[in-house]
Amino acid sequence: MKIIIPIKRVLDPYTQARVNKQTQLVDLTNAKMAMNPFCEIAVEEALKIKESNAASETIAVSIGTEKTIDTLRTALAMGVDRAIFVKTDSELDLQPLHLGKILANIVKREEAQLVIMGKQAVDNDNNQTGQILSGLLDYSLGTFISKFQLSDDGKSVEVCREIDSGIETRQLNLPTIVTVDLRLNEPRYASLPNIMKARSKPLETIEISSFDIDISPRVKVISVEESGTKDRASKQVQSAEELFSELSQLGVL
Amino acid sequence: MEFSLSSEQEMIIDTVSSFVEQELYPHEDEVEKTNHIDASLAESIKQKAINLGLYATNMPVKYGGGGLDTLTLCLLEKELGKANFGLQYIVARPSNILMACKDEQIDKYLVPTIRGEKVDCLAMTEPNAGSDVRSMKCRAELDGEYFVINGSKHFISHADMADYVILFAASGVEETSRGAKKKITSFLVDMGTPGFSVETGYNSVSHRGYHNFILNFDNCRVHESQVLGEVDHGFDIANEWLGATRLSVAAMCLGRAERALQIATEWAATREQFGQTIGKFQGVSFKLADMSMELQAAELLTLRAAWNDSQGKMTNSDAAMAKLKATEMLAMVSDEAIQILGGMGLMDELPLERIWRDHRVERIWDGTSEIQRHIISRSLLRPFE
Repeated sequence: MKIIIPIKRVLDPYTQARVNKQTQLVDLTNAKMAMNPFCEIAVEEALKIKESNAASETIAVSIGTEKTIDTLRTALAMGVDRAIFVKTDSELDLQPLHLGKILANIVKREEAQLVIMGKQAVDNDNNQTGQILSGLLDYSLGTFISKFQLSDDGKSVEVCREIDSGIETRQLNLPTIVTVDLRLNEPRYASLPNIMKARSKPLETIEISSFDIDISPRVKVISVEESGTKDRASKQVQSAEELFSELSQLGVL
Repeated sequence: MEFSLSSEQEMIIDTVSSFVEQELYPHEDEVEKTNHIDASLAESIKQKAINLGLYATNMPVKYGGGGLDTLTLCLLEKELGKANFGLQYIVARPSNILMACKDEQIDKYLVPTIRGEKVDCLAMTEPNAGSDVRSMKCRAELDGEYFVINGSKHFISHADMADYVILFAASGVEETSRGAKKKITSFLVDMGTPGFSVETGYNSVSHRGYHNFILNFDNCRVHESQVLGEVDHGFDIANEWLGATRLSVAAMCLGRAERALQIATEWAATREQFGQTIGKFQGVSFKLADMSMELQAAELLTLRAAWNDSQGKMTNSDAAMAKLKATEMLAMVSDEAIQILGGMGLMDELPLERIWRDHRVERIWDGTSEIQRHIISRSLLRPFE
């Protein structure tokens, strides 16, 4: 069984996002970039499955400009077997539908039975690509996964989903797509020997034009605004008791 | 000129900084308060470092080390340097001088030290031989196949953790055009060798949780097979292998200064006095500008020296400039950071007071600032002699 892990390069979530006044977009010039944290969790889960001998190969896929290769190398350094890089000429405004179509092509080509991906990317917070991919491929879908267990016969997975009313347990038949939530696992660090090995692992480059997909934008960003650096409504409390009393005073409990 | 880092180097920085933040920072307060690192904690940190390939990264791959070039090693040292010194030292970078091991010394000392099965310490300094290290009184006299060692060493770091010491002792005197000069030999001496004892050293203002010791040798007999390098040529291997240690000191200072600057910047951006954040006062903001500039200047000097070393062309002056600039920069940055924070900067709630205390030893060990200036000026003036 092959596992595909689509990953995204995003602005490092620990840095302060700034809006470029001209472009009205988040300014990425010289910004520190990193793998989307939910994608790291997806990579970790795929590696665990591979280490339990339930998967034959783990393949990371990312779509973007040349710099995206760095993010794929990080996945390879964490332990993924090989990478597929879908190359775009410039920072195209690719939207979840486009990504879903490209990924669907790759999943079909690789005949992958399992796709593990982040529930959303922390830059645009769309939370759509996994769902669209499932629709395009007609694969089963589990979103917001906090637990993942492959069945003994390898034909289905049992997943726990974090939903508003609690934890929901479901069985998904393969082939399937799961989008992962924060509490699924703790991603490993790339070890030094694996970092050194990453460069010699296979990384295939595919031009985006070779997919014959209409990538014209369906959604237009009207404006982006910076959130206040200091939320004056917020207050830090020291204990659960203090939190309870504060909330009681506000009349929200 | 190429100033960007490779993707491997970026990833190594990410791994080491995550390791430092998640495995070392949480224990800092306790170590600073107790001046002690629990053995089980040290063992657990060591195992995690070994599993991640962060142990002995300065040693060649062929012996099981990480095989990092000097530049990449400095990037790693910078991240490790941010943490309490005792905690970061558990992620050992064994003394490079072990590369002078030969024959059975390789399997007995070099390889087990790289694997983390043995720990080394290095003994050169004596109460009356600091910067003038060749004046050492600890002596080794040949008696058949054995050297008989007598004398004592002090300020010997982490001898409590060590399984053996790389010892420097005077093995004779030679006449030179400038008068009599002691000949120095280096030895590998196991802890527990009869006649060799370790006593607790002094309490230092710097580096809590990381201790120094006094080593005493009283007719300690060491077999000639324990000589590291050649007899009477101890300083040759010291000069060959210990130069890069100065870059490690420099790189760790960069990391600490970065941490101090970050704390000071966040404070200046949020602390309000007289109705505005104090960073809006020029008196504070100009301090930040100078701190940042000094840090970058020291970083460029250090990384350039490291790059030269990776190319096999680092001069003594390169290493001296990096060590001198980085250690003195840290003095300025940690002092100014405390000035920006005011009273809070002195309290042990924040790592600033510790960075300020710790910086002091950096200007002294591995060659004082004055010795570094001597090395730099000698390289300028020698052509005219």
